[in-house]
Amino acid sequence: MLAVLPYAVGLGAVLALPRVMYPVLALDILLWGLFAMSVDLLLGYVGLLSFGHAAFWGLGAYAAAIAAKSTGVPFAVAALLGAGASALLALPFGFLATRRRGIYFAMVTLAFAQLVFYVANEWRDLTGGENGLHGVPRTFPGLSLGRSTDFYYAALPLIVLGYALAHRIVHSPFGHVLVAIRDNEPRAQALGYATWRYKLLAFVLSGGLAGLAGGLFALGNGFASLDLLHWTTSGQAVLITILGGIGTLWGSLLGAVIVLELRDALTSTPELSGVVTGAVFVVIVLAFRRGLWATGRDALRRFAAPAVSARNVD
Amino acid sequence: MEYVALQLFNGLVNGAFYALLSLGLAVIFGVLRVVNFAHGALYMLGAFAAYLLLQDFGVGFWVALIVAPIGIGIAGMVLERLLIRRLYGLDPLYNFLLTFGLTLMIQDGVRLRYGLQGQPYPAPAELAGSVSAGLVAYPTYRLFVIAFSIVVCVAVWYVIERTRLGMIVRAATERPELTRALGINVDRWVTPVFGFGVALAALGGVLAAPMRNVSPLMGSELIIFAFAVVVIGGMGSIAGAVVAGFLVGVLASLAAIFNPALENVIAFALMAVVLLVRPAGLFGSLEARS
Repeated sequence: MLAVLPYAVGLGAVLALPRVMYPVLALDILLWGLFAMSVDLLLGYVGLLSFGHAAFWGLGAYAAAIAAKSTGVPFAVAALLGAGASALLALPFGFLATRRRGIYFAMVTLAFAQLVFYVANEWRDLTGGENGLHGVPRTFPGLSLGRSTDFYYAALPLIVLGYALAHRIVHSPFGHVLVAIRDNEPRAQALGYATWRYKLLAFVLSGGLAGLAGGLFALGNGFASLDLLHWTTSGQAVLITILGGIGTLWGSLLGAVIVLELRDALTSTPELSGVVTGAVFVVIVLAFRRGLWATGRDALRRFAAPAVSARNVD
Repeated sequence: MEYVALQLFNGLVNGAFYALLSLGLAVIFGVLRVVNFAHGALYMLGAFAAYLLLQDFGVGFWVALIVAPIGIGIAGMVLERLLIRRLYGLDPLYNFLLTFGLTLMIQDGVRLRYGLQGQPYPAPAELAGSVSAGLVAYPTYRLFVIAFSIVVCVAVWYVIERTRLGMIVRAATERPELTRALGINVDRWVTPVFGFGVALAALGGVLAAPMRNVSPLMGSELIIFAFAVVVIGGMGSIAGAVVAGFLVGVLASLAAIFNPALENVIAFALMAVVLLVRPAGLFGSLEARS
């Protein structure tokens, strides 16, 4: 029974979120949280730092925006198309990038994402170039989604599905193999696992989740623009992941709350927002590598040891 | 034909910047195992230093070419002592992230003070005009950039591959424990080497100032190209960084003859091919570097 409690509390919080803050910001938090989770899926569970996830977030956004604008499909279909497009792109990128590890992997993914950025910039007929795509419609048969709050609740099932998928991946036998690869790849190979296939599949799943988040972001905000594909966007997602705690999955949501609230507060001076984001990055990397989730969990354990011990079983 | 020659020179100019930046990255990575994300921002600071020296102190290009790299190099050494040093024992990814954070701070800090508008910087009078280079007349200053960059790259290569100092640095790179056991103080070289790599980035920035507008984001795309170049050349390989730098520059410019959209894409396509057929890079060796 106690094992279900955190999920129930989490779901309750997510349902109440647009009541306590601006609904557009609430949606952005959930979507950046999902985006950061997709980064954590690779960083925390496979040990691969992707610095190019903006490619999947951005492609998901553009694909969903184009689908919604040109065919008028329901938003859920458009978002899933975005996820599919990103997963498809993740296949060749992952195939090449997983040939290297560690810092090289980060650099290679970063470079590939920049490739997507340039392609989107040049392909003006499709992407609108530097102007991006605006006035992206969001529809669903039988629902009126004009208000941000309405879209928040309409999109929620898909978002929760994304979270559930990430959670399921991590706790599946497949996820355990990923962790084995993270901890000691030669040993996993010696045990008979074709590790590159696991890494590639993890990369594709991660790209698909980022694409789902990006697609919903474009639909929720009504636009897709080049800065979604920029490397600073990848960095933002990595920041949220690390702030929340690497390898915690749910920490990404906490990280998203902090980073997006911060950005929202500094929205009038974007330069200052960059300076502050950079400073947060520096401080976290130097002094707070454990992240919010692990820190909070330990504090909770010290505070209420018996109640939490039951949770350790799962 | 003239256009091809022109593009060839343009490619060499771009390659000169790729080579200088990748060279600095390679030197730093070789000794410190740090991939310095802030390299593009430090390049931008080099250009800004030249611009401010001229605006506020009336100091011209030739002095800036010496003073700015030394000043920014020293700033880099301070950065290494204060921050980067703290993360040596950890996964190199943490220093990558640290320098990423520094990049945002430097870029947007400069933007906060000077705005996004590019500032013009005059080429030195001695190098004004153009000279006939084979088929085409080409700006003298740009030819100087090509020549100067090649001289710097060869000099760095010579110091590292052919002198006693370079031997110590290389030994410290490949077998730090053994080098220590032979009585060489490896740690002594870490900070100067970082400063030197940073100075190379700043040098590139000063060279770029008369050609490109001096603006806070001038290094933000260049750094990604430098990463691709380093992956193509083979991480930590001095010769690889230089050769791949010029190769990418020339190929991109030549590809632009067929379709201008290809110019920015070619570096990453080349990187994909290298990863496919030779993952360690053209001059890299996998086992020593992984």
